[in-house]
Formats: sequence, C-alpha cells, structure tokens
Amino acid sequence: MADVRLELAPFDSGAALAAFGAAHPQAGGIVSFLGQVRLEGEVEALELRHFAPLTLPGMEALAATAEARWLLAGLLVIHRSGLMHPGDPIVLVAAAARHRRDAFAAAEFIMDHLKSDSWFWKRELAAGQWRWIEPRAEDHADIARW
Amino acid sequence: MAMLLFLGRLEDRAGAPQQVLALAGPTPLAGVLDRLPAELAAALVAPGVRMARNGTLVSPQGLVIDDGDELAFLPPVSGG
Repeated sequence: MADVRLELAPFDSGAALAAFGAAHPQAGGIVSFLGQVRLEGEVEALELRHFAPLTLPGMEALAATAEARWLLAGLLVIHRSGLMHPGDPIVLVAAAARHRRDAFAAAEFIMDHLKSDSWFWKRELAAGQWRWIEPRAEDHADIARW
Repeated sequence: MAMLLFLGRLEDRAGAPQQVLALAGPTPLAGVLDRLPAELAAALVAPGVRMARNGTLVSPQGLVIDDGDELAFLPPVSGG
C-alpha cells in the first residue's frame, strides 16, 4: 500500500525519506526524486493550487498503477500545494524495491505523470506580478513513452 | 443556489475563485453560462477546460445544474 500525501505546509523531505527507508528494510534499493522550487530570475514565490475532490484521489490512483506495474516493496509520494519559495520542496517520490530497475522505473513513471496530468495549477510571483503557468508540450511528450 | 468554482487562470477571468448563482430550478449548462459575462462564459467552455459537478468529472454534454450543486471549471493543468 503506497503512502500518498498532499501537504499544505512545508515538509521535511530528508526526514520523510529516512522514515521510508527505515520502514522498508527488506528493499535492496530505494530510488528517490526530490523536486524543489527553482531559484530563477526574479521569481519570488510559487503557488500550487489543487482541487480537493480530484487531486489526492488522482495521486493515489497513479501510485496504485505503479504498484501494479512494478514489483515494489514500498512507494512514497508527497506533493505540496500552497505557497512556496525558492528551495522549498514541491514533490518527493521514493520507490523501494528488491531490484533497482523496478524502483527507477516506478519513480520516473510517477514523476512524469505528476508533471503532466495531475490536478495542480501553478502560478509564480515575479516583480510583484502573479502569472499562471501554462502546460508544457514536453510534459505531454514525457508521458507518451509510458 | 449553485456554487461555481473557477480553478487556475479561470479565477483571474472570473475575478474571484467562486461565485454563487441563484437558480430557479434544474438548469442546463447553457442557461448557467448565459448568466455570466460573455467573455467569462467563453473561457469556461474553451478547449481543454474540464468540469466537475460535486467533485466528479462530468461531460458538458447534457449537463444540468441543480440547486445545491457545485460546478467546478478546471483549465488544463500546469503539472506538479
């Protein structure tokens, strides 16, 4: 059973990863990905919005798909919503498996789908102005390969 | 009363994240849109905008909104 969380406040990615590793001693490998708010130009803040009835259920369905497709000992998916600043963690995905290839593939599968078809809307604050971020074509290309 | 929710950039178009609309009874989507400024109504049915009634994705075809319903307009996601 995957551990899937939508966090509305900053989370400690290091502590979450350490706890996940401790909970899955039988896994020979853990692959993790941490996404953080990029320090870029004049961007002062990033805000993610979600739609409660769909966002977390969508993340849970995605995790279940990955668990059905690869042989995993455990799966952790944490995604932020709300206001963030450069350096803040946005997303942490960790896949634990007996064999590393399953863990690498599952983590990448989850990330590609979170980036392209999860229920989040994003806007950034630069020079005092908020601007909504539109979908990127690359994100759709990223899921086409799965 | 029905509650309209505007997600993402649609919030800026609407000028607010939500709007309460008094309905006389079950109202087709077109009737709901008629009550809104034309520019906003067009943005709400632009390609890629999905709708959820009471938290469940629905097709705009044949959609009827009733008293107490919540209708959310979901523009294309920008990804996590």
